[in-house]
Amino acid sequence: MIEFLSQSWPWYVSGPLLGLMVPLLLILGNKEFGISSSLRHMCAAALPLKADYFRYNWKDALWNLVLVAGLIVGAAIAAVGLDGGSAPAISDGARELFSAWGIESITELQPREIFALQNIATPTAIVSLLVGGFLVGFGARYANGCTSGHAIMGLSLLNFGSLVAVIGFFIGGLLVSHLVVPWVLAL
Amino acid sequence: MKLLRFFLIGVYFGIVLVKGEVISWFRIQEMFHFQSFYMYGVIGSAVLVGALSVALIKRFQMTSIDGEAVKLAGKPFNRAGNLAGGIIFGLGWALAGACPGPLYALLGVGYWTILLAIAGALLGVISYGYLKPRLPH
Repeated sequence: MIEFLSQSWPWYVSGPLLGLMVPLLLILGNKEFGISSSLRHMCAAALPLKADYFRYNWKDALWNLVLVAGLIVGAAIAAVGLDGGSAPAISDGARELFSAWGIESITELQPREIFALQNIATPTAIVSLLVGGFLVGFGARYANGCTSGHAIMGLSLLNFGSLVAVIGFFIGGLLVSHLVVPWVLAL
Repeated sequence: MKLLRFFLIGVYFGIVLVKGEVISWFRIQEMFHFQSFYMYGVIGSAVLVGALSVALIKRFQMTSIDGEAVKLAGKPFNRAGNLAGGIIFGLGWALAGACPGPLYALLGVGYWTILLAIAGALLGVISYGYLKPRLPH
C-alpha cells in the first residue's frame, strides 16, 4: 500500500481524490470547501485590525483553521513517508521551456532558483514569493474564493460567479506565466 | 470532537495536494504553457467528482453524519469582484506558482521560503480588508 501510494500519481487518481474534498466536507462537517478564507481568519484572530472586514467572530470559522493545520501535517506526511518532495513528472516540452528560462535542473518539487533558502534574498525570489503571495491573498479575498472555493467547490455547485472567477484566474495566470515569469527568473 | 474530523480531512487534503503534484511551481507553469494535459485532467476530474457528489446529495436529500440537512448555499455573484479579483489572483498564482492550499502544503513539505509568500498573502488580505469599501464589487 505505502509503496503504491509512494509512486507518482496519474491525473485520473489525483483529480478525483481532490474532488472528494467536496462530499467529505459536506457530509462529515456540513461545510463548503474553501481555503483562502483562512487567511482572513488568521488576520482577524491574531492582529488588532480596525477595518470592518476583520471585525467578526473568527471562532465560528475555527473549523477552517483546523482544516489548514491538518493540511500542513498531511503535506509533511506525504513528503516524509510517501516520497512527496520528489521532482514532478512534467512533460518534455515543459522541460525544454524551463531550460530555456535558465532553470538548471529539475531534481525536486520546486525550482531552487526561487525556493532554495540561500536564494531567499534574491530579486527573483522576493518578486515571485512576496509579490506573488500578495496578489494571491488580495485577489482571493476580492474574488471571494480561490482555486478550492471557486474552481472546485463553486464549479461543482454550477455557480456562475465561480465560473467568472475561474476565467479570471486563467486570464491573470496566462499573462504572468508567459510575459512576467521568464523576466523574473532573469532578474 | 467535531474539530478532529476537520483536522483529518485536512491531512487527507495535504497528502493529495502533495502527491497530486499540484503544489509544484513546475506543474503550474506547465499548465499555463499548455505543455501537458495533467493539470487540466486533475482540475476537470476533481470538478466532475465534486459536481456529481453535489448532484447526488441534492437528489437523495442526503444529510450530514450529524443528521443536519446539507447546506449548499454557494457564493453570491459579484461581477467586478469575481472578475477583477479573479484576474489579480491569477497574476499571483502564476508568479508564485502556488495558490492558497499549496502555500500551506509547501510549508508542510519543508520549503521554508514559502513563509515569504504566506506573509505576502496575509499583507494582501489586510490591504483588501482596508480597501474593500472603496473597491467596486
